Amino acid sequence: MNPTPPPHPVVEHLDRGPLTKHEMAARVARDIPHGSYVNLGIGQPTLVADHLPDGAGVVLHTENGMLNMGPAAQEGEIDPDLTNAGKIPVTELPGAAYFHHADSFAMMRGGHLDICVLGAFQVSAAGDLANWHTGAPDAIPAVGGAMDLAIGAKRVFVMMSLFTRDGAPKLVPECTYPLTGLRCVDRVYTDFATFQVGSGGATVLETFGISFADLAERLDGPLSRR
Amino acid sequence: MSVRVCADPDEAMAGIEDGSTVLVGGFGMAGMPVELIDALIRQGATELTVVSNNAGNGDTGLAALLDKGRVRRIVCSFPRQSDSWVFDRLYREGRIELEVVPQGTLAERLRAAGAGIGAFYSPTGAGTPLAEGKETREIAGRTHVLEYPIKGDVALIGAHRADRMGNLVYRRTARNFGPVMATAATTVVAQVHEIVDIGALDPEAVVTPSIYVDRVVRAVSAA
Repeated sequence: MNPTPPPHPVVEHLDRGPLTKHEMAARVARDIPHGSYVNLGIGQPTLVADHLPDGAGVVLHTENGMLNMGPAAQEGEIDPDLTNAGKIPVTELPGAAYFHHADSFAMMRGGHLDICVLGAFQVSAAGDLANWHTGAPDAIPAVGGAMDLAIGAKRVFVMMSLFTRDGAPKLVPECTYPLTGLRCVDRVYTDFATFQVGSGGATVLETFGISFADLAERLDGPLSRR
Repeated sequence: MSVRVCADPDEAMAGIEDGSTVLVGGFGMAGMPVELIDALIRQGATELTVVSNNAGNGDTGLAALLDKGRVRRIVCSFPRQSDSWVFDRLYREGRIELEVVPQGTLAERLRAAGAGIGAFYSPTGAGTPLAEGKETREIAGRTHVLEYPIKGDVALIGAHRADRMGNLVYRRTARNFGPVMATAATTVVAQVHEIVDIGALDPEAVVTPSIYVDRVVRAVSAA
């Protein structure tokens, strides 16, 4: 999606451990240009809002039907008619707008949102996303807006831990979980590294608490350095 | 036909038949027409197909309708939630059919029904399990999935205010599915917090024009 950056060595941050969840959120926030229209997925991506600097001019979209959503409502501000997509009570900022569901998803599918940040079970090197269903036979399928978000925004960022609790990589040559969208992810922000993914495969942009060589060792499939 | 201002939710449920497809508005509890659903339970229609974003929360509203065994099939985007135990149990017991539809596709299929669109191609879901068995087409280098409208016999929606013509305004994110569902059903019933005189709503601010609305009722719980 983006112009190929000039060849550049991977930045290896070896004087520290992997990023915490909040550090990951801050890392994502740094890549959101001033004035962007952004949708933050339910769960971890919501943390990104806490790390957008004042005056960033970022307008948050919530797919249940609002632009310029404010922070979570505090006690005394809770309004049952005002929630985010995770059904958490939120607030409105000056300049907010409300719209119905078909408009909200037309806004998304129509490519009007600049960036969407999503969590994931797996992302493939080519940018396939799996984040809605584990595929377990007894799991009740529930997709919500995940598939619309995956294919709609101009750029899709994934924010996730790089490994499962069992140590299996979540950045994979091919997703084994049921797909949410094909070739839709642009960047993957993880605790150990930030990746560019897409037709050129997975490219490491920077690492945290691990060297490029050690990272390549722990992941399956080829990994390029920028 | 002009709108019927009903005395209570029970009057608003008149004539809903067994086997109907019922569109139920709301996203979580925001915009959920709980009193209409309670009245539908009392009314007794069964073998229903329900179209709603979720499959009920807790033990009230849509969850109560499911629990009474009135719903044969549910079409929704996100059935599984922390408090969807009624649906979860029925599903695991094989007592309810589920069609999972991506949220935006659900909204657009409803919109298409209301707008007289025969079908449409959408890139959402292409290459995923939810597109299996559906017709696809390459358009501008991208795979699109053919999706058909969802038309309701009845829509039950929650709005903020109605006038006596049936024009509706909503409040904040409680708008959600209301305006699209209002276009997509033969009989549209709106539960509102307040019914005002004709002329009292700003015409520039009306979201659902009266042409779509058949019955309105003031929520008993409205203060």
